Amino acid sequence: MSDTSPTATPERAAQLPAQSPPVDPAETAAASEKTTHGGATAGRLSWWSGDSGEGAKRNLGLIGVLLVLIAIGALTRSDLYSNPDWVWDNVLSILKLASVVGVVTVGMTFVIIGGGIDLSVGAIVALAGVWCTTLATQSYGAGGMIFSALTVGLAVGLVNGLLISYGRLVPFIATLAMLVAARGLAAEISDKQTQVSDNQFINGIASNSLLGIPLLVYILAAVVAAGWVLLNRTTFGRRTVAVGGNPEAARLAGINVKRHSVLLYALSGLCCGIAAIMLTAQATSAQAAMANLYELDAIAAAIIGGTLLSGGRGTIIGSLLGVIIFSTITNLFAINGLSTEAQNMVKGGIIVAAVLVQQVQFRSLTQFLGRNRLTT
Amino acid sequence: MSEQSEETVVTDAPLVEAPADAVAGEVVLRLTDVVKTFPGVRALDGVQLEVRAGEVHCLLGQNGAGKSTLIKVLAGVHRPDSGQVEWRGEPATFANPQAAMRAGIATIYQELDLVEDLSVAENAFLGHEPRRFGFVRRGYMARRTRQILGRLGHAEIPPNRMVRTLPAAGKQVVSMARALSHEARLIIMDEPSAVLAHDEVGNLFRIIRELTAQGIAVIYISHRLEEIREIGDRVTVLKDGRTTAANLPARDTPTRDLVSRMTGRTIEYVFPDRPADTGPGAELLTVEGLTRSGEFADVSLSVRAGEIVGIAGLVGSGRSELLETIYGARRAEAGSVRMAGRALRPGSVGAAVRAGMGMAPEERKSQALLLGEPIYRNVTLATFGRYARAGFTDAGRERAEADRIAESLELRPRDVRRPVRTLSGGNQQKVVVGRWLLGDTKLLLLDEPTRGVDVGARAELYQVIRALAARGVGVLLVSSEVPEVLGLADRVLVMREGRVVREAPAGELDENTVLDLVMAGSLMEGAPA
Ligand SMILES: Nc1ncnc2c1ncn2[C@@H]1O[C@H](COP(=O)(O)OP(=O)(O)OP(=O)(O)O)[C@@H](O)[C@H]1O
Ligand SMILES: [Mg+2]
Repeated sequence: MSDTSPTATPERAAQLPAQSPPVDPAETAAASEKTTHGGATAGRLSWWSGDSGEGAKRNLGLIGVLLVLIAIGALTRSDLYSNPDWVWDNVLSILKLASVVGVVTVGMTFVIIGGGIDLSVGAIVALAGVWCTTLATQSYGAGGMIFSALTVGLAVGLVNGLLISYGRLVPFIATLAMLVAARGLAAEISDKQTQVSDNQFINGIASNSLLGIPLLVYILAAVVAAGWVLLNRTTFGRRTVAVGGNPEAARLAGINVKRHSVLLYALSGLCCGIAAIMLTAQATSAQAAMANLYELDAIAAAIIGGTLLSGGRGTIIGSLLGVIIFSTITNLFAINGLSTEAQNMVKGGIIVAAVLVQQVQFRSLTQFLGRNRLTT
Repeated sequence: MSEQSEETVVTDAPLVEAPADAVAGEVVLRLTDVVKTFPGVRALDGVQLEVRAGEVHCLLGQNGAGKSTLIKVLAGVHRPDSGQVEWRGEPATFANPQAAMRAGIATIYQELDLVEDLSVAENAFLGHEPRRFGFVRRGYMARRTRQILGRLGHAEIPPNRMVRTLPAAGKQVVSMARALSHEARLIIMDEPSAVLAHDEVGNLFRIIRELTAQGIAVIYISHRLEEIREIGDRVTVLKDGRTTAANLPARDTPTRDLVSRMTGRTIEYVFPDRPADTGPGAELLTVEGLTRSGEFADVSLSVRAGEIVGIAGLVGSGRSELLETIYGARRAEAGSVRMAGRALRPGSVGAAVRAGMGMAPEERKSQALLLGEPIYRNVTLATFGRYARAGFTDAGRERAEADRIAESLELRPRDVRRPVRTLSGGNQQKVVVGRWLLGDTKLLLLDEPTRGVDVGARAELYQVIRALAARGVGVLLVSSEVPEVLGLADRVLVMREGRVVREAPAGELDENTVLDLVMAGSLMEGAPA
């Protein structure tokens, strides 16, 4: 691969009188010899622009935001930050805070990349949590509880997917309906009571640690790792990007778009089932109102993480960073003893900022297509 | 700096449709040493261009030579890195497309840029809707649109129709209407004829002549040399982002001159020889009585292994719809499709693909490409599952396969990890066709496979298609270019208004016969097959 030839300039000028007579083609051929085949192309790309270059660059930005947030914490509470033990504990508590929403967000990321949206995640967590803590289920022990939570999550997700793919409901509507219905069912099952979990194994998931790190953090890490592999290394992930990026192209390439959408919502439901166990363990109980507004947290985290709301683009690492940024903010406000109201305002601001940044990138794309005006 | 120049042009922007002060022959646009780089690519590397009022100035160049980038610089989409743009005697930089439009430069882009969910009229006047007291004058807008469409010879398109529901050629007409809705002094057309059928091109040329007669300058880009001979006044040739020849006379410059300036070598623009022995292979595709009301009716055809069957017909004659229905992307109302004797489940692309079909669709951007994804993932979109092991993709293998395709189709730039979005139009088209050259496709459905592909790469593509047929692949080819159908196909079907009106070996037809069949509604020879 060569760069363009620097020697062409003088000849070019000479070659261009206002009405240049047709030059002998042999001469032109000779002149063009100097630029090798495909000469306008530089051979190498920058190190970051490999397969997922744009995503990696965006994630570096998110890490920057995270560092700024930590720096703010260290400045405002330098007394706490001077104690290394406290800092380590604080990191763990941030991760623990991120774990449940993080698991939900992994599923949500898949759904959004696939061109959909799942508003029912919080409700599914609640339904799965309530279902696995009924006295009847608890009588089957930890295995029965885990099995029922996962099955309920998967089943509800499957229903979402079927309604959307084959019932042709808009994802927003279908999952909104599911949000209402699933919480209703959860309230019905629990009779609006808080159901206490007596299962020591389940409760231990939240209270126990391994090598000084809470089990919840391991679960989050495992789900994130599995999600990353699924998205980046498997045919399932490849189909997800195709289906969300250009459904028509995917369909004409022989991908079963409808079936794949069903699987995406089922996957999201499954993640909610896992999250339900984690949340139940944390509270040692479940109730119909649990996991309130998780859908908003998960969607916001995914968007901040660079997932395109219209589908076709997104990264698991970005979403994870999005969740961690949110819990770091919560933590920042907590250690400074500030109100949750102020905290929500800051979160809202961060969401807007993230979307604005994305739009700037998006604008350069639309400008490339020659249209950047819908508002005049 | 940009502001100042913008202002100077705005103040004397003409209000009448034809600029009264346009002097034919006066230089309206002059570019000197314009450079534009993208990360890793020098798209423009010192371009010279001079356009006079009232002329049709043609831009020639291979795929990726920088033609579209150049016009995007003129249209205010891109800012040049260096070099001068002189617009009507004054240095100018257009900060955005609006500025260029206000200055009197209207552009028809290579890739359609319409808002699918707005009406024809709303699209035509997008961004410069006629207003009174802040309200859009919808009635006036519709009237003007109807008027412009009438001038374009398409009075039948209702201004209030949703653009989404129009076929590709209709959308092209709407983008043309948009360009005409401005009072422009320079109209840039980037491969407008790529989606147009033969008679539409005639229409387009009539309009171009009307425009130039009013002193409006036209920059015309096309890969079809015949068109440039017919409509062009002067030609500027680009190669690898540089002007290799400027202001050649469009009519008299010998073709081999033009081609060698574009490519740096001489290319014979010929079709590969048909193999002498066309012994009939086994029947691969059998279509019987296929019907979709309003699109096509009672179509029967067959394709044998190793045979290339061409379908000629106007845009709107139901060709693309037929192809999509055979492929299962649309559901037939009546009739059957069989592959190697086995009936395919109607309306299922999956079934067609499993049976060995592949289709390169008509509209690359909306129907075929994942623009943000790397080239290799677009090439392997239909085959990545085959290279995968236990559900895990094999990116290395995919890149190797895509490299092979890129090599054989002269894709530029060759690096298959770049996003498809950054490829030029013709190179994107190669990706769409290349996708189905992988894997074990038995029957290839090609809808306008050479749209926007340059002369050299076109010859390569013909070779590749021939080679596939020689290996026993059946090909069903739709093209608006009659010579392409006649030159490449073994057997030709002519379609008109949704019916097959003639079927014959390619050797028995010539271009005029086919054109007559395609157009004249009165010709009765070759009654519906
Ligand atoms: N947004 C972009 N980012 C990076 N590279 C780009 C971008 N747009 C164009 N290019 C590159 O610039 C070069 C010129 O592209 P351009 O679209 O101008 O070619 P063209 O002459 O119009 O070709 P075609 O005949 O295929 O339409 C190509 O190598 C292309 O890959
Ligand atoms: Mg182009």
